[in-house]
Amino acid sequence: MISAANILLLILAIITAIAAISVKDLLGAVALLGAFSFFMCLLWAEMGAVDVAFTEAAVGAGVSMAFFVATLYHIARRSRD
Amino acid sequence: MVKDPDDIIVRTVARFMIPIIQLFSLYVYVHGHISPGGGFQGGCILAASFILISLAFNIGEAKKILSGRKNLLFIGLGVFIYAFTGLVPLFVQGNFLDYQHLSQFLPLDPVMARYYGVALVELGVQITVMAVMISLFQDLVTAGRHESILKDRENGIDR
Repeated sequence: MISAANILLLILAIITAIAAISVKDLLGAVALLGAFSFFMCLLWAEMGAVDVAFTEAAVGAGVSMAFFVATLYHIARRSRD
Repeated sequence: MVKDPDDIIVRTVARFMIPIIQLFSLYVYVHGHISPGGGFQGGCILAASFILISLAFNIGEAKKILSGRKNLLFIGLGVFIYAFTGLVPLFVQGNFLDYQHLSQFLPLDPVMARYYGVALVELGVQITVMAVMISLFQDLVTAGRHESILKDRENGIDR
């Protein structure tokens, strides 16, 4: 049984994932990856895997975003490909 | 991060939020027995509070609380707690991480020994995850040169 909320969250996650790999500004890509992490977290929480959702919120949307932004200080802001 | 961001709003909010974040991480660790959470998530949240110190103040402020040497010690301490709790049952014909055999060393019955054994292992996981996350962040944000950058700040060179 797939609910409408699941479909909506999955569509939002796919949109942010495609946007994260196609955007040229790397800081924007990091922000979109954070949004993707957050939507995946909501999707997992909605499907009942609260432990996985909690880990995703703590690691994926929290700490790893800080890591990516910290790495951006040392490389060019725009992607060249 | 390396330079001093001088923003009173960010600093005040960080000063207010950091104790709450650390208390929440302890709640996540302690409550991990009966609800989602546990050592890994609690350690990540605890590391996030130290990262918030680095973001709102600077790396030096975070290093005053948890220096690099102390951080390295915490990484080893967490692994030691995990391995020690796991290895103790081996001496009384148990398996690795077979917590119920801890009841022979502690004044506890096997059920409560298992309960506290899991808590000890999770404590080790939390300490190691926190310390590794902090050291990863500090190495990433300063390209591994935070010691020399701090030395330069003491000598008045600001990067």
